[in-house]
Amino acid sequence: MDIFIQQLINGVTLGSVYAVVALGYTMVYGIIQLINFAHGEVVMIGAMVAFSVITALAPGGWPPLMVVAAGTIVAIPVCMAIGYGLERIAYRPLRNAPRLAPLISAIGMSIILQHLALLVWSRNFIAFPQIIKSEPYHIGGAIITNVQIAIIATSVAMMAGLALMVYRTRLGTAMRATAQNPQVAGLMGVDINRIIAVTFLIAAALAAVAGVMVGSYYGIAHYQMGSLLGLKAFSAAVLGGIGNLPGAMLGGVLLGVVEALGAGYIGDFTNNWFGSNYQDVFAFIVLIAVLVFRPTGLLGERVGDRT
Amino acid sequence: MNLLEVEGLEVRYGGIRAVKGIDLRVEQGELVCLIGANGAGKSSTLRAIVGITRAAAGSVRYGGAAIAGRPAFELVREGLVMVPEGRGIFHQLTVAENLAMGAFARDDAPAIRRDRERIFALFPRLAERRGQTGGTLSGGEQQMLAIGRALMSRPKLLLLDEPSMGLAPILVAKIFEIVRDVARQGVTILLVEQNARLALEASSRGYVMESGIITLADDAKKLLADPKVREAYLGEGVE
Repeated sequence: MDIFIQQLINGVTLGSVYAVVALGYTMVYGIIQLINFAHGEVVMIGAMVAFSVITALAPGGWPPLMVVAAGTIVAIPVCMAIGYGLERIAYRPLRNAPRLAPLISAIGMSIILQHLALLVWSRNFIAFPQIIKSEPYHIGGAIITNVQIAIIATSVAMMAGLALMVYRTRLGTAMRATAQNPQVAGLMGVDINRIIAVTFLIAAALAAVAGVMVGSYYGIAHYQMGSLLGLKAFSAAVLGGIGNLPGAMLGGVLLGVVEALGAGYIGDFTNNWFGSNYQDVFAFIVLIAVLVFRPTGLLGERVGDRT
Repeated sequence: MNLLEVEGLEVRYGGIRAVKGIDLRVEQGELVCLIGANGAGKSSTLRAIVGITRAAAGSVRYGGAAIAGRPAFELVREGLVMVPEGRGIFHQLTVAENLAMGAFARDDAPAIRRDRERIFALFPRLAERRGQTGGTLSGGEQQMLAIGRALMSRPKLLLLDEPSMGLAPILVAKIFEIVRDVARQGVTILLVEQNARLALEASSRGYVMESGIITLADDAKKLLADPKVREAYLGEGVE
């Protein structure tokens, strides 16, 4: 039972990061029906930039929380610039092209971003400075650390903020209108290009924070860390129903929990045939199961264009 | 004064000329209709005027200024608003949100609230359903919402594309009543319709469009009496 609670805590922590990244996939998909396969790389760049800033500031004797905050504050605009650039350079010129074309340019951008990161931050695993001391708290027999609490709280706060923005503001209403019918939104006076750009900016800002959280949680960063993380978050978005914001949140947390529980118990169930090193497989088993049994995802509506 | 002036407008889809060089004008305060069969090029004309479809040739002047090539979202700010064919309701947005989108180009929150209450007074059905999503409304209610939403932008020139399409006869009459009402409030209207009789009865002038060209242009009363119009569009045999 203690192990169960422990895995649940780990799963929710990881899952809330997946959820934040999944939101980026699902927002972009919702508005232009594009899977932004370079999104995981934006998360990676966020982690890398924060790493550089934190490493530079760490010896300065500032309070650790402030150093991490500074890293995040620098990472956010860098990632936003990349997100905006992706849209302008790789996707907007292909807006009216067959759907395969922007997908290929997305993969191309993801390779370019990876290799840019390789040039700047080397091919090695980078030790993310653990300047915030991990303090364990005991719940029952399980342990939750202050870092885990911070990750969960930050994710929840960002998701709540995003939901408020999307469902309660004029800009958010325009985003939802554009997602449903861009042409009519234009007839209402909405500048579609602006809304699409804003969507990429928000997705990238979320990705930047997610990058810092992943880096702080695992304590390492690597120029290829974005691809697996991105694929998992994408799976989470599909699990929840791609294009659906609450779906991405639910899908992310669920995926994190399934992964953690799977890793915790798979050895027992299979007589140690499979161990926790098969953890990464779970995301994709879930993805395949969803695609087979419920292609629209848990909260997804029937996908169909109506004008 | 001409609020809208179209000269030599051409629209092409690939090699097909859907609109083959037409002239039309709408004066300030007028209700003008453009009638014709399905596929005559009426919708293409409207779409080219608001800039959703690119005009291949010709000029469009609105309020005296050339607007060809300008995107639709900019024209809304200048009072040129279209209600698209099929109504274009945002199905997953509530009635209130749909109306709010109509006022997207405006910044005067108190006046927007007052306008919304006016729309609700005009369409009590919409007031009852303000929290429901657009997709749950009936066809007639959706058309009311589409017109109400367009009014939220305070249009100077309203382009209506087939407002009666797919509605039951009793609702068609109701929609035309609303269109006349809006016109009486001083909004200039260019109405595209397949229901030629009702459209001509509501309008002061009319244009008849056939295979991409305008074949007749006259006062609505004269068109209603014209034997060719009566035979082709009003379903009356000429004895």
